[in-house]
Amino acid sequence: MSAVIDSHHDDHHHGPAKGFSRWLYTTNHKDIGSMYLWFSLVMLFIGGAMAMVIRAELFEPGSQIVSPEFYNQMVTNHGLIMVFGVIMPAFVGFANWMIPMQIGAPDMALPRLNNLSFWILPVAFGILLSTFFMEGGAPNFGWTFYAPLSTEYAPPTVTFFIFSVHIMGASSIMGSINIITTILNMRAPGMTLMKMPLFVWSWFITAYLLIAVMPVLAGAVTMMLMDIHAGTSFFKAGGGGDPVLFQHIFWFFGHPEVYIMILPAFGIVSHIIETFSRKPIFGYSSMVYAIASIALLSFVVWAHHMFTVGMPIAGELFFMYSTMLIAIPTGVKVFNWLSTMFKGSLTFETPMLFAIAFVALFTIGGLSGIMLAIAPADFQYHDTYFVVAHFHYVLVPGALFSLLAAAYYWIPKWTGKMYDETLGKVHFWMSFISVNLTFFPMHFVGLAGMPRRIPDYAMQFADWNMMVSVGAFLFGISQLLFLFIVLKCIYNGKEATTEVWEGAKDRGFEWTVDSPAPYHTFSSPPSMESLKSSS
Amino acid sequence: MSSDSSYYVPASSRMPIFMAFGLLLFVLGASFTMNNWGEEDSNAHWLLITSFAVIWGTMFFWFGSVIKENDSGMYSGQLNQSFVWGMAWFIFSEVMFFFAFFLALGYVRLFAVPWLGGEGEKAITNILWPGFEAAWPLLVTPDNEQFPGAHHSMSIPAVSKLHTWLPFWNTLCLITSSGTIALAEAGLRKGNRTAFKLWMVATLTLGYVFVFLQGLEYYEAYTHMGLTLGAGIYGTTFFLLTGFHGFHVCLGAIILTIMTIRGFGGAFSDHDHFGLAAGSWYWHFVDVVWILLVLVVYIF
Repeated sequence: MSAVIDSHHDDHHHGPAKGFSRWLYTTNHKDIGSMYLWFSLVMLFIGGAMAMVIRAELFEPGSQIVSPEFYNQMVTNHGLIMVFGVIMPAFVGFANWMIPMQIGAPDMALPRLNNLSFWILPVAFGILLSTFFMEGGAPNFGWTFYAPLSTEYAPPTVTFFIFSVHIMGASSIMGSINIITTILNMRAPGMTLMKMPLFVWSWFITAYLLIAVMPVLAGAVTMMLMDIHAGTSFFKAGGGGDPVLFQHIFWFFGHPEVYIMILPAFGIVSHIIETFSRKPIFGYSSMVYAIASIALLSFVVWAHHMFTVGMPIAGELFFMYSTMLIAIPTGVKVFNWLSTMFKGSLTFETPMLFAIAFVALFTIGGLSGIMLAIAPADFQYHDTYFVVAHFHYVLVPGALFSLLAAAYYWIPKWTGKMYDETLGKVHFWMSFISVNLTFFPMHFVGLAGMPRRIPDYAMQFADWNMMVSVGAFLFGISQLLFLFIVLKCIYNGKEATTEVWEGAKDRGFEWTVDSPAPYHTFSSPPSMESLKSSS
Repeated sequence: MSSDSSYYVPASSRMPIFMAFGLLLFVLGASFTMNNWGEEDSNAHWLLITSFAVIWGTMFFWFGSVIKENDSGMYSGQLNQSFVWGMAWFIFSEVMFFFAFFLALGYVRLFAVPWLGGEGEKAITNILWPGFEAAWPLLVTPDNEQFPGAHHSMSIPAVSKLHTWLPFWNTLCLITSSGTIALAEAGLRKGNRTAFKLWMVATLTLGYVFVFLQGLEYYEAYTHMGLTLGAGIYGTTFFLLTGFHGFHVCLGAIILTIMTIRGFGGAFSDHDHFGLAAGSWYWHFVDVVWILLVLVVYIF
C-alpha cells in the first residue's frame, strides 16, 4: 500500500499537462490507454454505421438504398474498421491501462514509443476513410482483399489502402514490442511468470503473435503494391505467380490475427468470472497452457479458410485435423470458467452478465467453427452467411462483449466513479437479445445457401433477413446507450471505493490503489506480500 | 527522480507526434506519387521529399534526446534492459517480414510453377498455357509476351568461374563484415578505441562495397540479362528478396555510419554502448538473411 502514497511526492513535475497538448505529447500509459479506448469507440460507431447501411440494404430483397458498388465499399470498410480500428485498438487500450497496474510497473517500458503507436492509428484510419472522397471510391474488395480483386481490378485508391495497412501494422508492432518488453522487464519483484494475472499472460502471448504476423501482412500488401505499380507477378499466373499465393500469405497472417482478437478477451473474462464468483480462477496453469497452445496451433491452421480454392487432399486433411485440435485448449478454457463459477458465491453485476454471455455465445461461435473445419462440409458452408454468423458470434458477443465487460469492470478504477448499474443491465439485456436476433438467423439462411457479400438475395431468405436487420438496428441503438452510460459515469457517477468490487479484493495490484488510480501508479514497485497480507 | 534505482519515464515528448505527422506526409506523398506516376504536373514527390525530411529530422532529435538522457545518468540498468528487449523483438519482426517473401518463393517453386506445368493430382492449370514447361529458374514464363522472361539467371556458375560471380564477392564481404564488427565491439569492450575505430571503418567499407556490388549486379541484370521486375516470377522473387535485403543493408550501413561518427567523436564507453550493440545485432541479422538468401535464391 505504501507505493500509493509514495507516488504523490513527484506529482508536481509529473502531473498531467494542461490543454490539448497533454494528449499530443503524453507519455503516460493511462492517457494513451484512454486515447486508444476513445478512438476505438469512435471507430465502433463509424464501422457500426456502415453495418447499418448493409442491414438497411438487406432489409428486403432487391436493390434498396445503395448501389452494389457502394455496398461493396461498405462491406469492405466495415470489416477493416471493426478488425483493425475497433477490436485491436480497444484491447491495446486495456493493455495500456491495466498491464502496468497489474504488474506493479511505473508505466510502460518505452513511453514515447507508446505515444507514437497510438498517434499513427488516426493517421492510418484518416487516410483509409478519406478514400471515400477520392476518385474511384473506397476499397471495395472485401476485408480479406484477395488478389486479383485487390490488384488488377482494384480502384486506384488501393495504394492509399496499402500504405494505411502498413501504418496500422507498424502501430501494432510497436505497441506489441512495448507490451512484451513491459511484461518481461517491469514486473514487481516476486511476480514470477506463473504468478502473472491472466490478462497479462493473454497479452504476453497476443503481443508475440502480433509481432510474428503483422510483418507478414506487411509483406502481403507490399507484394500487392509491387504487382500494381512495378509490374511484378507475385499474384499473376501469366508470369508464373499464383493468385492463391495471396490467400496463403494473407491467412498465414489472418488466422493468428483472429486469435489476436480473442486471446485478450480470455484474460479479461477470467478476471471478471473469478471476481464475481468470489473464487480464484479454476486451473490457472492450464489456462496459461491453453492460451499458449491456441497461439502455437494458430500458425498451422491457416488454409482452413481456403478449402474450396484447390489444394492437394493431404493439405485439406492436415488443415482439417489441425483446426479441430484447437477445440481442445479452447474447451479447457470454457470448462475452467464453468468450474470457477461452480459453487461460487455468484452475483450478477453488468460485467459478470457480459462475461457469462461471452462464455455461452463464444462457445456457439466455436462450435460453428468446428462445423466449418470439416473440409467436406465446408464446401457447402463456404462463403455463405453461415460463415458470417460464425465469425460474428466470436467477434461480437465474443470479443466485443468482453470489451464491454472490461469497460464496466475497470471504469470505476479509471474514473473513481460507479456507472449506473440499472442502465448497465438494460444495456446488457438489449445487447444480448439483439445480438442473437441479428446473428442467429444468419446460420439458417447460410445453411440454406445465401451467399455473403452480395447486396441482393433470393425471395426465400426475406423473412430471416428482415429479422436480422431489425436485430442489427436494435443492437446499434443499444451501443448508443453504452456511450450515454460511460458519459453519465464520468460526469455524474457515485464515488467508487478502492476495492470497487467485493470480490476483487487482493485479486491484483490494480485493486490496491485509489479510485481513480493516481496519474502515476507505482513509482517504486509494490511487493507481492501486499496482496497476501491483506487477505 | 533520476536516481539509479528508479525507472525514468519522460514527462512528455513532442517527438512521437512529429513522427506521426511525418508518416502521414509519407503515406500521402508515396500514394499520390505512385498513382500519378508519369503525369508531368504532379507535385506529389515534393510531399514525399518533405516527409523524409520530417522523419529523419525527428529521428535525429529523438535519438539525440535519448543519448543526452543516457549521458546525464537518468537511465537505470532496468531501462537499458527494456532497450535490449525492444531491439530483440524488433529484429524478430523483421525476420517475419522476410519470412513472407521466403514463403512466397517457396510456394512458387514447390507448387505454383510445377502446377502450371501440369504436375500434381488436381493440375488442370496447364490447360491455360498448354505448351508451358515448368522449370526453375523460370526463364520462359507461361505468358511470355506479357512477361518476357530473362535470358540468363543469376544462379551459381561452375566452380572454376566462381570469381566472376558477383554474389560470391558479396557473400565474402558480408560474412567478413560480421566478423569485423564483432572485433570492433570487442575492442571497445576492452577499452582499445583505436581497434574499435579501425574495425568499424573496415566494417563500413565492406558494407558499402556490398551495396555497390549489388547495384552493379542489378545494372547487369537490367542491361545484359533481360532480368527485370517484369520478367515473371523469377525476376519478381529475385529482385524483391535481394532488394529488401539490400534495403536493410543500407539501413544497417546508415546506422553503423552514425555509430562510427559518434565513436570518432568520443561516444560510447566499454560498458555503455547500447546504440552500437543494437546496430551490430542488426548487422548480424542482415548477414544471416543473406546466407539464407544465397542458398535459396542463387544456389538451390
